Amino acid sequence: MKWGVVRFPGSLDDADTLWALNQVMGQEARALWHKDEDLADVQCVVLPGGFSYGDYLRCGAIARFAPIMKSVVRFAGDGGLVLGICNGFQILCEAHLLPGALMRNRSLAFICERVSLRVENAATPFTCAARQGEVLWLPIKHGEGLYVAPAEELRAMEERGQVLLRYTDAMGQERDDANPNGSTRAIAGVANETFNVFGLMPHPEHAVEPALGGEDGLKIFRSIIASVERTSAAASTAASS
Amino acid sequence: MLVKVFVTPRKGILDPQGRAVEQSLKTLGFAGVAAVRVGRYIVLELDAPNFERARETVRQMCGQLLTNPNIEDYTFEIEPIEGGPR
Repeated sequence: MKWGVVRFPGSLDDADTLWALNQVMGQEARALWHKDEDLADVQCVVLPGGFSYGDYLRCGAIARFAPIMKSVVRFAGDGGLVLGICNGFQILCEAHLLPGALMRNRSLAFICERVSLRVENAATPFTCAARQGEVLWLPIKHGEGLYVAPAEELRAMEERGQVLLRYTDAMGQERDDANPNGSTRAIAGVANETFNVFGLMPHPEHAVEPALGGEDGLKIFRSIIASVERTSAAASTAASS
Repeated sequence: MLVKVFVTPRKGILDPQGRAVEQSLKTLGFAGVAAVRVGRYIVLELDAPNFERARETVRQMCGQLLTNPNIEDYTFEIEPIEGGPR
């Protein structure tokens, strides 16, 4: 399938994401320039990690106004799949494509480590290749990953199953010392109400080969591929009948 | 006009920086310190016909870019620039 990886000034993980998709997974992925408004004919847009526009003011606050974001908002509104990783997650929150916001880690320190995460909802386009409750190991590397949202919003999100990933220990148990950044309810990744936009602080693109210390990141990308294939198969069945 | 915008973490939202500063102040022996919040101070010059229009413009700036209403509160002051046009 066709992927677009947005390149903002200050993006860092665009090349790794392209490597993961093209070289490791044999996908057709291309970089999309932040000043372009054309998303070409991609089936999934990825906003990669990094420090877009120097993270000035607030992480993601300036990137949100990049010309390409207008197209990303329209694409998401039409049901297109959008994945935001780390800084990409922060941008999606600032652009109001996802609820909540990301603040300084409670330790005030930049954290770079491998963490265990529990899949909270495996019935989405971003998690369907994983099992419900499965523990995934992915790296995190961020200074501002503490997820917050208004209490009422959080309650509604949990009810709708919008929390897709939560920080847990290796056994999948929630523990305060397994919450690396102090996120509310140990939230590591959330989807929008229509489940076509997903943001997460951990980096699936850094866990796609044994040499990188793990391959659990493949499950996120495989989920998206499976979901797009299912959608196009359904579309062609509908067209031929 | 001279615009001064004060942005602070919203009440009720965990402010790790404020907490660390509060702890340090206490360690230094400053008694009676509580509820420290660390925010941001933005100052800018704005060409506006009157205070009312300036206030409206600043509110829009805060809503669209200068603050994130999910996590931040703000107040602002507007004053004429010394020697400049009102």
